Amino acid sequence: MEVPRNDGTAERLYRTMYVIRRVEEEIIRLYPSDKIKSPVHLSIGQEAVSAAVCAHLDRSDYVFGTYRGHALYLAKGGDLPRMMAELYGKSHGAARGKAGSMHLVDVDIGMMGTSAIVATGISNAVGAALALKMRKSTAMVACFFGEGAVDEGAFHESINFASLKRLPILFICENNHYAIYSHVNDRLAGPGLVERARSYGVTADRVEDGDVLACHASIGLAIDSVRRGEGPRFLECMTYRWRDHVGPGEDRQYRYRPDAELDLKIKNDNLAALGRLLPSDVKHRIEVEEEARVAAAIDWAEKGEFPAASEIKDYVFAD
Amino acid sequence: MRTELKRELTYAEALFEGTRSEMQRDSNVFVMGQGVDDPRGMFGTTLGLHEEFGAERCFDVPLAEDAMTGVGIGAALLGMRPIQVHQRMDFVLLCMNQLVNMAAKMSYMFSGAHRVPLVVRAIIGRSWGQGAQHSQAFHSYFMHVPGLRVVAPTTPHDAKGCLITAIRDDNPVLMIEHRMLHGVRGIVPEESYEVPYGRARLLSPGDDVTLVGISHMALECVRAKHLLSDVGINAEVIDPVSLSPLDVETIATSVERTGRLLVVDTGWLSCGASAEILTSVFEHLAERRAFVGRRMGYLPSPCPTTKVLENLYYPTARSIAESAYGLVRGKGAAEWQPPHADSLEVSEFRGPF
Repeated sequence: MEVPRNDGTAERLYRTMYVIRRVEEEIIRLYPSDKIKSPVHLSIGQEAVSAAVCAHLDRSDYVFGTYRGHALYLAKGGDLPRMMAELYGKSHGAARGKAGSMHLVDVDIGMMGTSAIVATGISNAVGAALALKMRKSTAMVACFFGEGAVDEGAFHESINFASLKRLPILFICENNHYAIYSHVNDRLAGPGLVERARSYGVTADRVEDGDVLACHASIGLAIDSVRRGEGPRFLECMTYRWRDHVGPGEDRQYRYRPDAELDLKIKNDNLAALGRLLPSDVKHRIEVEEEARVAAAIDWAEKGEFPAASEIKDYVFAD
Repeated sequence: MRTELKRELTYAEALFEGTRSEMQRDSNVFVMGQGVDDPRGMFGTTLGLHEEFGAERCFDVPLAEDAMTGVGIGAALLGMRPIQVHQRMDFVLLCMNQLVNMAAKMSYMFSGAHRVPLVVRAIIGRSWGQGAQHSQAFHSYFMHVPGLRVVAPTTPHDAKGCLITAIRDDNPVLMIEHRMLHGVRGIVPEESYEVPYGRARLLSPGDDVTLVGISHMALECVRAKHLLSDVGINAEVIDPVSLSPLDVETIATSVERTGRLLVVDTGWLSCGASAEILTSVFEHLAERRAFVGRRMGYLPSPCPTTKVLENLYYPTARSIAESAYGLVRGKGAAEWQPPHADSLEVSEFRGPF
């Protein structure tokens, strides 16, 4: 495939992936301080998928994600200081401290939230796409989930309905191979995820890990198709999680995956490879700017107040 | 106006009218569910809406309760107002994940960033051999969950008004309909009106004992009241209408006067709505008024199919009256066997479902 290399795409993707990586590295650094009193599911290693999909989306498009949602939130344009404040449990956080890392939300930019119950957000995303179609909107939905979600009946019920109604939705299956420590081959029978999606009449493809620009281009074709009203598309995006399923640490001690598998992924780091495509002054400028943003966000989170006790009952119901 | 007030509709017709008027009023309102556009039209409550409003606003869905509930929630997040209908509440168990983990949490978990204006209508089956899996009543499961509203209207008037309230609410609402009520007639105003949450309805005043009947059991409580009047007992009958929030005040005020409370549920007793009502009244009246209380409901077994056993499974006007008599007269009172009171909506029901 012909991949344009000089249209600013590489720069934009690098900026997005860089800030995701650095925010999560800062979370790792801060975690021992116990200021982030909530489980974190890090996206390090998986930045490219969210960055590449969201690069094609408009502010008016919607995304639905999972508890491993930092990358998606940031890639869609979610407010970084409010994310950090949310992780700190502060009242100026994205959900005033009631969500934490697992339930990031920023409705203003179409980040519709993340769920900690695997696959539950998929049908909500399909429902949003149904609403868009009923209103004859030109916007679309991108629905993110891991390959573990394909184990769930909810995925199959949802993609069937989306196909039946030809809804404007892109299903992004981030296949990082592991549901916690359980390998996909130990869970899925049959010919694979792409074939499963195709069986519902949905055009489906696999996007290989490694070349972020090629990944970006493939995703763009699928998104164009959804925007043309050709119905849902499914992409199995191959990716890899470097850190433990939950928490800031590494997980080599559990021996559930070969060290060599992880080492190879780290050696072929998507972010570093993309960075090598950029002129060094451009790369340096992006990094300096994003470092400042991250530092400012942490500073802002640190300084904020915790919610008042009276807030505990707020928003059980909408007014 | 005076003539309109006398207009009678069945419960099912009242639901149809409420749905139709809200669909006319707000283009975001739509109906989805298995069979809502079929020739039976969900016992008449959605009959022909797909023809009047188009297939986009009243449509059949795959047999996929989990995802279809999620689809409704997702549409609601964008400001649509879906009404989902389940021919039997037993199937709502397949919706629990979406209703409890998603719909009930969206407002709170995201601090008001989301609203879920979703209505879920769930029909409780009974009679003519519905058996163990077409007769269950799970309203208490949902009363347990903060963020959900649960209403169980008994009269055609309240059915229409509760449905309109639920449709206009920005929160997820579970509406319990008893199948035995669909054919019951009552006065229903033609205009649109809302029946508010958290306000119980006094169906019939009395001084000797407070009978609280949930959904169809409110009718049986009224019949029990007539039986009790034969032995000089004047029962007060209250229909909670709204189970969550619950109008404890109205029930407690009655019990403060009568000193006796019998709660009759269309469901099992253990951890049920009747336990919740009894406890709430107890807490409300603590140190102010001692009272005696009892619960009645389904027998602690699955529902048997055969009629002879099914007849023993449900509280009846007779068994309610008998129990209330015991509450009022206490131990040592002369034995009283109330006469049989026919519940035509049950005895004449011919199904198939």
